[in-house]
Amino acid sequence: MSYVKPKFRHPRLPTNRLGFTVADYDGAISTLCAGCGHDSISASIRSACFESSLPPHRIAKVSGIGCSSKMPTYFLGKSHGFNSVHGRMPSVATGASLANRDLTYIGVSGDGDTASIGMGQFVHLVRRNVNMTYIVANNGCYGLTKGQDSATADLGSVSKYGDVNGFDGIDLASLAILQGASFVARSFSGDKEQLVPLIRAAMAHNGFAFIDVVSPCVTFNNHSGSTKSYEETRAHLDMMPLDFVPMREEIKAQYDEGTSKSVTLHDGSAIHLKKAISGHETDNRQTALNTIQQANAENRVLTGLLFLDPNSQNLNTKLELATRPLNELGKDELCPGSKVLKSINEGLR
Amino acid sequence: MKQIKGINDFVVKFANVNGTGSASANHLFAKSIFRMGIPVSPRNIFPSNIQGLPTWYEVRVSKNGYLGRRGGVDLMVCVNPQSMEKDIASVEPGGYFLYDSTKPLASHLKRDDITIIGIPLTEMCMKEFPVPRLQQLLKNVVYVGALAALLDIDFAVLKGLLNDQFKGKEKLISSNVHALEMGYQYATENYQCPLPIRLEKGGNVAPHILETPHILMNGNTAAALGAIYGGATVAAWYPITPSTSVVDAFAKYAKRLRIDAGSGKKNYAIVQAEDELAAMGMVVGASWNGARAFTATSGPGVSLMSEFLGLAYFAEIPVVLINVQRSGPSTGMPTRSQQSDVLASAYASHGDTKQVLLFPATPQECFEMTVQAFDLSERLQTPVIMMSDLDLGMNDWMSPPLEWDDDYEMDRGKVLDAEGLDNVETWGRYLDVDGDGICYRTLPGTHPDKGAFFTRGSSKNEMAVYSESGEDYVQNVDRLLRKFDTAKKLVPEPKTHPPIEVKKPKTKLKLGALFFGTSASPAYEAVEMLAKEGYPIDTMRIRAFPFHTDLDQFIHDHDVVFVIEQNRDGQMRQLIMNECQIAPTKLTSVLNYSGTPITARDIANQIRQGLDTKSAKVVPLHKETA
Repeated sequence: MSYVKPKFRHPRLPTNRLGFTVADYDGAISTLCAGCGHDSISASIRSACFESSLPPHRIAKVSGIGCSSKMPTYFLGKSHGFNSVHGRMPSVATGASLANRDLTYIGVSGDGDTASIGMGQFVHLVRRNVNMTYIVANNGCYGLTKGQDSATADLGSVSKYGDVNGFDGIDLASLAILQGASFVARSFSGDKEQLVPLIRAAMAHNGFAFIDVVSPCVTFNNHSGSTKSYEETRAHLDMMPLDFVPMREEIKAQYDEGTSKSVTLHDGSAIHLKKAISGHETDNRQTALNTIQQANAENRVLTGLLFLDPNSQNLNTKLELATRPLNELGKDELCPGSKVLKSINEGLR
Repeated sequence: MKQIKGINDFVVKFANVNGTGSASANHLFAKSIFRMGIPVSPRNIFPSNIQGLPTWYEVRVSKNGYLGRRGGVDLMVCVNPQSMEKDIASVEPGGYFLYDSTKPLASHLKRDDITIIGIPLTEMCMKEFPVPRLQQLLKNVVYVGALAALLDIDFAVLKGLLNDQFKGKEKLISSNVHALEMGYQYATENYQCPLPIRLEKGGNVAPHILETPHILMNGNTAAALGAIYGGATVAAWYPITPSTSVVDAFAKYAKRLRIDAGSGKKNYAIVQAEDELAAMGMVVGASWNGARAFTATSGPGVSLMSEFLGLAYFAEIPVVLINVQRSGPSTGMPTRSQQSDVLASAYASHGDTKQVLLFPATPQECFEMTVQAFDLSERLQTPVIMMSDLDLGMNDWMSPPLEWDDDYEMDRGKVLDAEGLDNVETWGRYLDVDGDGICYRTLPGTHPDKGAFFTRGSSKNEMAVYSESGEDYVQNVDRLLRKFDTAKKLVPEPKTHPPIEVKKPKTKLKLGALFFGTSASPAYEAVEMLAKEGYPIDTMRIRAFPFHTDLDQFIHDHDVVFVIEQNRDGQMRQLIMNECQIAPTKLTSVLNYSGTPITARDIANQIRQGLDTKSAKVVPLHKETA
């Protein structure tokens, strides 16, 4: 790195409930391309953790391989992180979550990491409802290997090299809903207003929370003809704004008529959805899928909370794990001792 | 005809059709011998199939306590017409052939150098039992009854075993006992009982067997118990023969022994993953987060886990992998035993990697080494692979009872907690403070300000900051090598035995034999056979990789060293050639890679052949002239 991130911060930066400023959620300086959508996602994750007053060291960041998976270095420098294997972050996250159920897990992946090499692990992660937030920074191309189409590239999108993509793109949000995900959202890296409350809600959700974030690649997929450029995405955005109100805060804001619905999460926090789409019910998989299909057919990039099951049971609950994290258990809890072994021996005679 | 004779010293083989209930009857036979206090080692030689193909069960009875295969069959119990031709041909001259005589033996199969015992098993069962399923199942019990008479099995022991097996199901007990009696009666009425080969309680059994109350268990169950006692809390796995029963057994014991007393909830997690990649990923994730985690697999699974094994090696994350080896590739022979993953495991993954391996030879060692694997992997912050195989993992072995020291403390290795982090002046994840190549780890969630870092493969410096500098890379991988050197002192040392005294040795060459795992038992037996013939052979049983310095010394001290193993390419020999400063010409391979476990007779034959050529051609190195 040619330069160091300045440590200087305004002395009167606001603090959150734990007394942390937003700077306490900073990471190392980004080495992604200037203008990369991923940096905006990093900033949104940072804001979300700050606003939700999460202790930074109680968050664990996991990622696979790719531009997206470098991101965890660029936020939450006081959290442990793991840059693992291409497409295999889901399994690492699953193991980590089993070992210590008390941490907050943020997984960051890309469209190549999730929709191609990691597709198998992704659907099984969804199926197991591992308690984590899983963000896909979706730019429709392989940035780190210089711009090949990914499996989420839209049919007909033109690559930087002029090739027209002849395959249907995989819609990860629809797939997640089909596979039983308990929290599914889509957003746009350039829409912090929506992305921050979505991430906060995702982290408060009890179970697997998936956010597919369209995040343009400025270097390899931001030209005319690309369906995932900033311009194209902005031109077709159909946003469903929302607010997130954590459990401890009183609901102060008066929601006007635009507020169509409130959803309460298991911990008492609430999501206020500020726009309704006719026929779309966030707690109904069928209508959620229909709404997405409709938007896709009409070339709209529909963003917001698409589906939520507030009563979801995460993997730890499904496996009936005791409340104490497994990584805290010692010899007394784990080792049955010599007397028990003697009786086991007896049974083998 | 001269009949084979012997008390408590013979080989019985059962030829069955799989899926016909023969397994439990054959087990009943073997266990009754075990309960009589006579050394016995049963082996399943079975196809990759659920129903209909030939399957065999070989039972070695050995007064001296040899638990490996001897080679040859003294008594064949043949209830499978499909394989009868080969089965009858495989009986040793002077041996015995018991078959279902409902259908008479084809004249071209008859041999006059063996004793043929016909029992109309099917006919008897058709007459006696009305339900077709029972006719099939109890046919197996009838031949066990006949064997009780022919070999002098204690009938009370058999009944006791049935009582244990079918506790609370009186009807089943009585029908099984009835079937036993039918066979027993038929044999006594029609044949001279017992045969010249027979059992005798106590009698001539070796004192070291009589003195210890042995248990009968398979290596996979023992490894599972090791995981329980070693404090494993996360097991992630994908079903694959022959390792599946490791996690099955872990689940069984955990359900009993790992329930939180207050809440009734589980102090363990088992996840059946979508594949071996995910299984290993879960283990890596859980271990990174401070839990003791493990997986069990076999060759094809190890291949799929290789990428993660490499990352765990470079990122220095503890991993416990139980590799129950089998033959060949994915569409290989999953139910056949081999020791053929030695090289694939030792150098698992891409880049410069070396993995720690443990080689258990008995269920007792499967238990102890699994516990040790957790300690070693956390102490060394690296994967530890326990190299079992199908023969050890899935077959019942007579073993001294498992022992546990209640003073045992888990070695969690160099992990800094919050207090530790506050007390240390400079902390860097990859700083070799102690000079042993092992650095101080921190776990996620430990300290508000200190100890957080980004775990990655090798693009990092000592402070865990991203770096692609060549110097940083070299420094890191050289330290990993230093750590591997440290491992040499921590892994189980090899076991050596001086040669059995030979009064008039037939060779002046200093002979040695190296072996590991399931090759050990038949190797020791072969060494005893050869000592009787005038060839004294020193032995060393390898128990871990990296190799102990004693191994180099052992090879230096001998003129010819036989490396006994169960794969085609002499993989252990190659590993030794790679890792030790020795003359490779000293190492002569003794191999078996047929998929059925190596026999003592085979080993002895190969060494004899080796000795013929050796004494003619090889000049001992120390006598070389310039």
